[in-house]
Amino acid sequence: MEILTIGAKFGVYIVMALVLVFALGVVTLRNLFHSALCLAAVLVGTATVYLALRADFVAAIQILVYVGAVMTLIIFAIMLTEHLGEKTIRQTNRQSPAAILGLLGFIFMIGLVILRTPWPVTKRALATGTSVMSLGKALMGSYVFPFEIISVILIAALIGAVVIAKKDPEEKS
Amino acid sequence: MTMPGWLRSIEFAVDLSFVNAKGWFLDLLGKFLPGWIVVLTSIVISGVVILCMGPIIMMYLTLLERKLIGRIQNRYGPNRVGIWGLLQPIADGIKMFTKEDIVPANADKLIHLLAPIVIVIPALMVFLVVPFGERMTAANLNIGILYFIAVSSITTIPIFMGSWASRNKYSLLGGMRTAAQMISYEIPMTLSVVPVIMMSQSLSTNTIVMTQCGDVDLHWFVFTPWGLTGFMIFFLCAVAECNRPPFDLPEAESELVAGFHTEYSGMKFALFYMAEYMNAFTLCGIATTLFLGGWQGPFLPSWLWFFGKTFLLICVMIWFRGTFPRFRVDQLMGFAWKFLLPLTLINILVAGLWQFVPERTAWLYSVPILIVSLWTLVKLNRHFVPEKRAYPLAD
Repeated sequence: MEILTIGAKFGVYIVMALVLVFALGVVTLRNLFHSALCLAAVLVGTATVYLALRADFVAAIQILVYVGAVMTLIIFAIMLTEHLGEKTIRQTNRQSPAAILGLLGFIFMIGLVILRTPWPVTKRALATGTSVMSLGKALMGSYVFPFEIISVILIAALIGAVVIAKKDPEEKS
Repeated sequence: MTMPGWLRSIEFAVDLSFVNAKGWFLDLLGKFLPGWIVVLTSIVISGVVILCMGPIIMMYLTLLERKLIGRIQNRYGPNRVGIWGLLQPIADGIKMFTKEDIVPANADKLIHLLAPIVIVIPALMVFLVVPFGERMTAANLNIGILYFIAVSSITTIPIFMGSWASRNKYSLLGGMRTAAQMISYEIPMTLSVVPVIMMSQSLSTNTIVMTQCGDVDLHWFVFTPWGLTGFMIFFLCAVAECNRPPFDLPEAESELVAGFHTEYSGMKFALFYMAEYMNAFTLCGIATTLFLGGWQGPFLPSWLWFFGKTFLLICVMIWFRGTFPRFRVDQLMGFAWKFLLPLTLINILVAGLWQFVPERTAWLYSVPILIVSLWTLVKLNRHFVPEKRAYPLAD
């Protein structure tokens, strides 16, 4: 059995490395469509890592929402732009050094937060896992307030989209 | 329902013959080899069975479709290769392999090559959670149905890759249409599954089948008002998801040559074709699992029931293809967003009602609610005439 566990571990590391390679591709490739496909690969890879961490519900939702819906919308948006036929686009501009600085600051902050958080690993918590039922109970119980706020924001966004997409009233001139 | 004991045991043995054969083989291996090899072999056996079954089912689906369409159109269909044309798919396969592979000069070579390969992967991956019979699910995931929906939603991306990489206006138009259609129909399809999940309290395909159990008194979900509505919506969306007529706008041959696979030839084209047919099969299989009781059924072995029901649904799909004209684009979008989506939401409400009310009263409530809402939606959706376009140069 140990051999299988070790094999699975190596598989996860390989997937992680691939995710990083594709993530580099997203920001360095000079063709918008190629970048979008790399992004899709990154998202699928992340879902695989979730699966390896036994968060199978999150993995399925990641693929359903990000790869299935968001990626399609991104590709659709690219198809509507003028860059569709172009072979190359520059991915960087003069602001990139500043952006790198900001990014390093962000990584530092996140790292600090992760290191300072106590991660309580108890036997009971490991045994329960992330079942869909407990997630649902948490969303409808202790986290019902943020959940409702998110729903209100989503409805506002929906109404906004409808208002923007509506035909303009004909101007009387 | 009483059955003599010996008949019962024979039925049980036939039912589980594949499962028992695999278990016996693994037991035999376990006597000589360490445990991890046995686990690995178990995975490999399931994998190989799925990898072989997908293409074989696809080959004979094409034959079935050509035969049935032929009968609908008052001709014989293929009948030259082998008896009843049974070897026709193999002849087609040899033809596909030996054909020249043409890549357009301006195409994006790598993505043009990757698209047909990538499209087969999700089509094969969804076979994992289809329960082919009692204890015959390759991987009994506890998020089974969600896994199915998630993995089958990936299919849009390879279609897009193929359409974009071909550098052809027809391909691109086909790809755009596919994206719009698949995103639109995914939503009512996912929502029509929700009542089933509510009733069976589980996402696992096995448990969903188990909750519909019953020997002769059938407890299939399709025999309830919300189940029937959900099944209709799911099946229509399934037809749209695998781009079959009357929802075949992405490859409408009268407008777009062949849509997204216009620039594909030889084996690459065959792979697109294969993915489409395997998707049709798995979608019908999942519809069977969710609403038609999966492998549940009296007398016959469970896998026979499953394949029987699934092929019945596939025959309905072929029947659609033989009889219905193609939708217009605005009708296609309107049908998903203005008709199916509100109906699924009402259906979820009805299913919720069903949960908390005793069965007799629930029938009294839910049937009128569904009929009234169906009638209202049909009334609201009627008589839409698109804007008249002026073509000054053509007149």
